[in-house]
Amino acid sequence: MIALEGVTKRYAGQTVVDDVSISFGGEGVTALIGPNGAGKSTLFGLVGRLVRPDAGRVTVDGLDVATTSSQELARRLAVLRQDNHVAARLTVHDLVEFGRFPHSRGRLTVADREHIERAIAYLELDAYRGRFLDELSGGQRQRAFIAMVLAQDTEYVLLDEPLNNLDLRHMTEIMRLVREMADQLGKRVVTVLHDVNFAATYADRIVAMREGRVVADAPAREVMRPEVLAAVYDTTVDVREIDGRPVALYYG
Amino acid sequence: MLTDPAPTTSARRADRSPRAGLRRTGPAVRLAALGVLVLVLTAVYLVTDVPGSLSYALEKRSLTVLAMLVVATAVGVSTVVFHTITQNRVLTPSIMGFDAFYVLVSTVVVFTAGSAAFLTADPFVLWAVQVAVMVAFSVVLFTWLFGGKRRSIHLMLLVGIVLGTFFRSISEWMQRMLDPLDFQVLSDAFFASLTRPDETLLLLTAVLVALGVAAVVPLLRTLDVLTLGEPAAVGLGVDHRRVVLTLFTVVSVMVAASTALVGPVLFFGLIVANLAYSWAGSFRHVWTVPTAVALGVVCLLGGQLVLERALGFGGALSTVIDFAGGLFFLYLVLRKGAR
Amino acid sequence: MTALHPQPTSTSTPARPRRTGAGVLVGVLLAVLAVASLFIGVSDVSPVSLLSGDSDGTAAFLLVASRIPRTVALVLAGASLGIAGLIMQMLVRNKFVEPSTTGVTEFATLGMLGTTVVVPGMAVVGKTAVAAVFGLVGTWVFLRVVRAVPVRQLVLVPLVGIMLGGVVGAVTTFFAYRLDLLQSLMQWSQGSFAGVMQGRYEFVWIAGAMVVVAWVAADRFSVIGLGEEFATNLGLDFRRVVAVGMVVVAVITAAVLVTAGLIPFLGLVVPNVVSLLIGDNVRRAIPWVAVLGAVLVVACDIVARTVRFPYEIPLSVVVGVVGAVLFLWLLLRRRSRAH
Repeated sequence: MIALEGVTKRYAGQTVVDDVSISFGGEGVTALIGPNGAGKSTLFGLVGRLVRPDAGRVTVDGLDVATTSSQELARRLAVLRQDNHVAARLTVHDLVEFGRFPHSRGRLTVADREHIERAIAYLELDAYRGRFLDELSGGQRQRAFIAMVLAQDTEYVLLDEPLNNLDLRHMTEIMRLVREMADQLGKRVVTVLHDVNFAATYADRIVAMREGRVVADAPAREVMRPEVLAAVYDTTVDVREIDGRPVALYYG
Repeated sequence: MLTDPAPTTSARRADRSPRAGLRRTGPAVRLAALGVLVLVLTAVYLVTDVPGSLSYALEKRSLTVLAMLVVATAVGVSTVVFHTITQNRVLTPSIMGFDAFYVLVSTVVVFTAGSAAFLTADPFVLWAVQVAVMVAFSVVLFTWLFGGKRRSIHLMLLVGIVLGTFFRSISEWMQRMLDPLDFQVLSDAFFASLTRPDETLLLLTAVLVALGVAAVVPLLRTLDVLTLGEPAAVGLGVDHRRVVLTLFTVVSVMVAASTALVGPVLFFGLIVANLAYSWAGSFRHVWTVPTAVALGVVCLLGGQLVLERALGFGGALSTVIDFAGGLFFLYLVLRKGAR
Repeated sequence: MTALHPQPTSTSTPARPRRTGAGVLVGVLLAVLAVASLFIGVSDVSPVSLLSGDSDGTAAFLLVASRIPRTVALVLAGASLGIAGLIMQMLVRNKFVEPSTTGVTEFATLGMLGTTVVVPGMAVVGKTAVAAVFGLVGTWVFLRVVRAVPVRQLVLVPLVGIMLGGVVGAVTTFFAYRLDLLQSLMQWSQGSFAGVMQGRYEFVWIAGAMVVVAWVAADRFSVIGLGEEFATNLGLDFRRVVAVGMVVVAVITAAVLVTAGLIPFLGLVVPNVVSLLIGDNVRRAIPWVAVLGAVLVVACDIVARTVRFPYEIPLSVVVGVVGAVLFLWLLLRRRSRAH
């Protein structure tokens, strides 16, 4: 499990994550929702050791993130950040190879190659493996990055807004994939999502943040209630049942 | 499940995908070709157009070739590494004012220690002090500039150029405050020329550059990961802070060493590194770094041969590099918008 | 860029009296510095020695032949360089340009080298004229090149200009090297008013005249700063105003170059500081830019003369240090506000 104990993070006097204690990363998909500036990405940064906490402790499977070697953590936890701008011209294959870096430090073994092939096959990227990343569409590029994360072969997979800048079709595609990773490959996926309905449809558990604090943490269906969502987003949200699934309406 | 909207293009593009084997031999063959070129140029430079005794010429000229090799290594390695750490291909240590900074540090050392101390002190100690001070300061300065949030490359470039002017102006100010005669002595000691290198200094520099190379080689594969940027590299288990600090230190040492040997070469690294990226045809540092070094030797040796033997402009190499490098830089910035 | 935003009423009302006070203060400062500049030097020229009417009247002679010309030249050069920068910034619509960051100065230097080679005995008028024509070409080339900059990026424009200057400078250095004129080139590249005396500085008055031209055309330059479409909309002949601006910039650059040599960054920092103080209205800015430019140059010259008394260090070194610090501050301040 990934556990935070009393974690606080401030930027220039502003508290972005405020004394958060929570553990997540159980089986299935956990969605992290909340308005802009709620501290979701900072929380990911804390877990992914990009951000050092001002107070508190973050552990992954009992290993303190602050003291455990980065390489050790990278074998347990893969993080995909929001902006994946790569300056160098890399092919899809090159990128996926990087997923094996925590295991082999760049000297690929036979086992590494198998992992790479599996990840490429799983994301159906075989036809693109020689293409450069900047020649791909947004959805294809996102799939390439997810393939890298998959090749990393970790128990936990953290995705920070994987649907950013994707159109509807690719959003559904990626979310379906996330679901399959959890169901078929047994990954424990934690993902930041902006769209509540995607969270409700594909996640087992929803954690909601607001102003640096966790304000809701429950099975998806329980969070999908007007009063809960209204409290999280500070705006009126209507929830209707459509085909037996709760759907939030917030366009009015 | 996942369908591609344009299967025809994907099939065509897929052809470009080289098989793993091909991908490995491509850059190797190209690098080998460069190696042969370096050997040929060296041979031509050493044995042709000898005015007097061959053995004397060989002795003098092999020193020049060694100096070129050292400088090419220092500049090639440091520029490629710097490009990767700072995630761009236009900034170079020289453009960021590294070598101007070295001159400043040297001047400050002499200025505060006094020229008498300079003349009596062990030259090795003095040189070591200068390099050490330079490295310490530049690591602080450049981790400050690049360690924080990512900033616009263009802004950093401009800051670097202005810093360079600033450092140069202060150095000159201090040099003016020195006794002119002492200054002459000092500047002779600081800057040997490429064609007449100081033997002791050359050896010291060669050792230092070799140490730098030894530090970079184990990190070559980590450098590949760094091309993905800090978040991704951390996610893949790279101890980013430590690695970048190590690499910045190596870059500072190499620039200090090569500046001490032949003086500032502003655009040399830029040309060599960017040529290396296209020549190597791979982003992997195992190939780009040695290719940059080999190209550096080819440029220096070839340029010197052409200028000295064919055109008779012996001392103008750095000016020609500045000219070509400036045009090349403009081309890069204007064409690619300096990604 | 922040062009011509009308001052928000809330701040302008209380700011106005303070500005008048500041204006008086700066004026008095200039007067004090100018007087001080008259009486600083190796030879004893002081109010006492002048009044006592010492034996042969050396003091009075020095005052008229050397000190007054020097001070006048400093004031005129400082004022006009500031104006040249201001106009350049309006023409390019970019805050970070001035003749020495756009290649104009380097072109003018190339022109001077040309006259020295082709017509060695040419009078100073001719030299200035040729340098001005080259400066004009430089301005034109720069404006053309900047048009190719993909987006009008704030810091990319000066970057391109500096590189352009570097390329032209390399050509100049190459010819100077071939023709054994590096010594003269060094002299031009270091601005100093040490050689200014009666009969050898009068061309700065042309630069002074350009300040007046700029003042007369001030409103037009303000409008130009808003862009071609805007200017044409207001019934202004865009091309003609740009042409006038180019001539003003080129003539100022050439006149100062011929009289004293290169003085870096001045045209950049002074208008920027003024813009912070009172905004971007050219008519309102011109007197401020002129006076502050003069203050800065006179002050730096006093430092250059006294810091290593009885020797002088070049003015350009002092301005380089001060200007670079101010420029860096402007760059990094902008960044902290932009993010």
